[in-house]
Amino acid sequence: MTIKSDLIEVNIGPQHPSTHGVFRMVALIDGERIVDVKMVVGYLHRSMEKLAEERTYTQNIPFTDRMDYLAAMTSNLGYCLSVEKLAGIDVPERAQVLRVIFAELQRIASHCMATGAFINDCGAWQTPVMYTFRDREKVLDLFEMTCGARITTNYMRIGGVAFDIPDEFLPALDKLVNDDLPYRFEEYDRLLVGNEIILMRARDVGVVTPEMAINASLSGPMLRSAGIAWDLRKADPYCGYDQYEFDIPVGYNGDAYDRMVLRIEEMKQSLRIIRQAMHALPSGPHKTEVPLAIRPPAGEAYSRIESPKGEIGFYVVSDGGAAPYRWHVRAPSLINLSVLKEMTVGQTIADAIVTLGSIDINVGEVDR
Amino acid sequence: MSALLTIISRNWYDIRDLSNLSNAILERIRDAGGPGWLVYVVSALLGAGGIVAFIGGAAIINIWIERRVVGRMQSRLGPNRLGPFGLLQPIADAIKLMQKEVLQPRVADALVFSVAPIAFTVPGIVVLAVLPWGRNMTLADLDVGVVFILAMSSLAALAVFTGGYGSNNKYALFGAMRVIAMLVTYEIPSVLALLGLVLFTGTMNLASIVLFQEKYWLPLVLVQPLPFLIYFISSSAELNRTPADLAEAESEIAGGYHVEYSGMKFGLFYAAELINCVAISAIMATVFLGGWWTYKLDEIVPGWMLFIGKIYAVYFLFVWTRGTLPRFRIDQLLAFAWKWMTPMAFINIVVVAAEVLIWTETGWSAGLLLPVYVAVNGAFAVALIVGWVRFMGPKFSRFPDRPRFYSGIDVPSLPAYRQPAPEATGIGTAPSSTGVA
Repeated sequence: MTIKSDLIEVNIGPQHPSTHGVFRMVALIDGERIVDVKMVVGYLHRSMEKLAEERTYTQNIPFTDRMDYLAAMTSNLGYCLSVEKLAGIDVPERAQVLRVIFAELQRIASHCMATGAFINDCGAWQTPVMYTFRDREKVLDLFEMTCGARITTNYMRIGGVAFDIPDEFLPALDKLVNDDLPYRFEEYDRLLVGNEIILMRARDVGVVTPEMAINASLSGPMLRSAGIAWDLRKADPYCGYDQYEFDIPVGYNGDAYDRMVLRIEEMKQSLRIIRQAMHALPSGPHKTEVPLAIRPPAGEAYSRIESPKGEIGFYVVSDGGAAPYRWHVRAPSLINLSVLKEMTVGQTIADAIVTLGSIDINVGEVDR
Repeated sequence: MSALLTIISRNWYDIRDLSNLSNAILERIRDAGGPGWLVYVVSALLGAGGIVAFIGGAAIINIWIERRVVGRMQSRLGPNRLGPFGLLQPIADAIKLMQKEVLQPRVADALVFSVAPIAFTVPGIVVLAVLPWGRNMTLADLDVGVVFILAMSSLAALAVFTGGYGSNNKYALFGAMRVIAMLVTYEIPSVLALLGLVLFTGTMNLASIVLFQEKYWLPLVLVQPLPFLIYFISSSAELNRTPADLAEAESEIAGGYHVEYSGMKFGLFYAAELINCVAISAIMATVFLGGWWTYKLDEIVPGWMLFIGKIYAVYFLFVWTRGTLPRFRIDQLLAFAWKWMTPMAFINIVVVAAEVLIWTETGWSAGLLLPVYVAVNGAFAVALIVGWVRFMGPKFSRFPDRPRFYSGIDVPSLPAYRQPAPEATGIGTAPSSTGVA
């Protein structure tokens, strides 16, 4: 029996508790079921790519903080790598290892946020967010210790990192990665992995097939949850990632649950990398001296790294001047978001929220 | 000690039973030659005043309790600045809410919109009138008390529907639709759960149910563990509390039925949710945990204090589940009621009926039968739940819980993927009556 009903058009966002910022999703709804979804982005557009054409290469680094403000270190890193590639700058060994340590710490912080916010979207009443924030705070404490900032770190520089680590950093890091966080991640495992309610809510919700993932150029946990073992740290190593031993966790089904579990496993793998990097930390300069207003030779460069959200790429074109002629960012949040319609149509509103939470978008990066 | 108890016994300062105090006042009125009706009015006002005072205090203190307890569960402190231990924080919040402008959407149905918060608050208060607060402390000693509390506790859901429907907001409408679906579904297991108790005790009078527990020295939760669970879960669905807070579902429909409310109207919804929670906790404390009776303890400690203690013990369970569990989806929640709780409650009623029949037909003594029933029902509840999970539970074995690990990249070769052609849909156009434009 079918009941004749009118379709309702509902605006989910831009002001909504679960759209992770000012993302807007216009959903056409039949009862509780979604018939069609239209994505509206651009509420947080700050025109960074255009503004960058007026500023020197070094002055552009803070823009990358404010794109993915939950993973500022990796955005910094991706941009600096592209300029270094363009200008042909060598980076000292110590800076390489420091970059790895901070990028992996940032991955832990970002995945903590993603996991907690995802369970919150599943309807838990703030508890998982508080638990994961507690651990994220500890990582941010280390950032503050090193560069003075917690969120918008502005730490990576062209040719290295801005500051060397202080003396108390390594003991604090050792305590964090060997005592605090492993215990916490085991706790996440006990509480979240295999939890019946989370399985009911997230299994077979927002499924990404491998074909869909490759066709839409997805990356990060979205791609790996679909069963494709692809990680730029392995596929196109940068900063000496080929020297570290770690595994790529890969899901089976490509649903929201797989993505949540993958993030927890990736945090554990990040701990492995940090432990190896800590012991491999060489002495020496933390930065190659480069002129403040660096003028790379005319040309273009694209470099990509594995950010917590996926493949973040920076395309820089130089005309020989002090500012980039053109600067483009391949934002993983935006590209991962592009399959939202295929993932949500046919599901209920509650599933759409869970799906959106599992993509782990950051609207600062989507709109730039 | 006992000598002291004998001295104060049944005097007005014997606070073990507050009816002594009210009786003293009523006798004073009678002695002074007051008219007959005045005694009734004064006794009714005394009881009602007591209950309203309790519920007003509880609404304030419960906000504090909820925030502090959940704060501890979330490894943070909770409000601790204003007053001792932050106790004055709810009062500050209430003052803030009163100062706020009460906005009302122009398209809302003004009468329905305004009545809903009040209609939501009243049932929770009224329920407390029929509960026995002490041996002689029942304001309205209804013979059909169980029916009354069931009727009243479903009225609250109707008020939620009224508010959601009257707001003329899509999110509020979703909340209203969900609350009606949940009301229709969860009323059945909660009625069936209490029906088992009524069968077992043979009375619908709540004071008599407590007296039954006193007589046989047995809180009914021991002999009826399954209805305790069923009633707890279904009333948490009726109360809109996590994991069944689908009507407000902040992360999905942004507050649901109260999305358009502001100021003290919202404050009433917020307070009434806690009042209704206290009412449900009080019902459970009465029928399952023995109410004011606690073995011999109620001869020393005032029974109403024990009762309030039990209310807060049950209330803690509600706060605990709220701080712990994620939310169900609406279809899962309804399926849970129809596939799990309703059949279990039916099976339980059959078992209870058989037990009552054995008790009355054989005439064996309660001291012999009740311990057997406690053991049998406990084992039966565990077996039923485990069996139901085994045979009816959700099956997740299709995919492993854990991911696999690759030490290098591995991209499978896939057939060429063709994206389906985009379909014409109705977004941006007014929905026509035939569906997609």
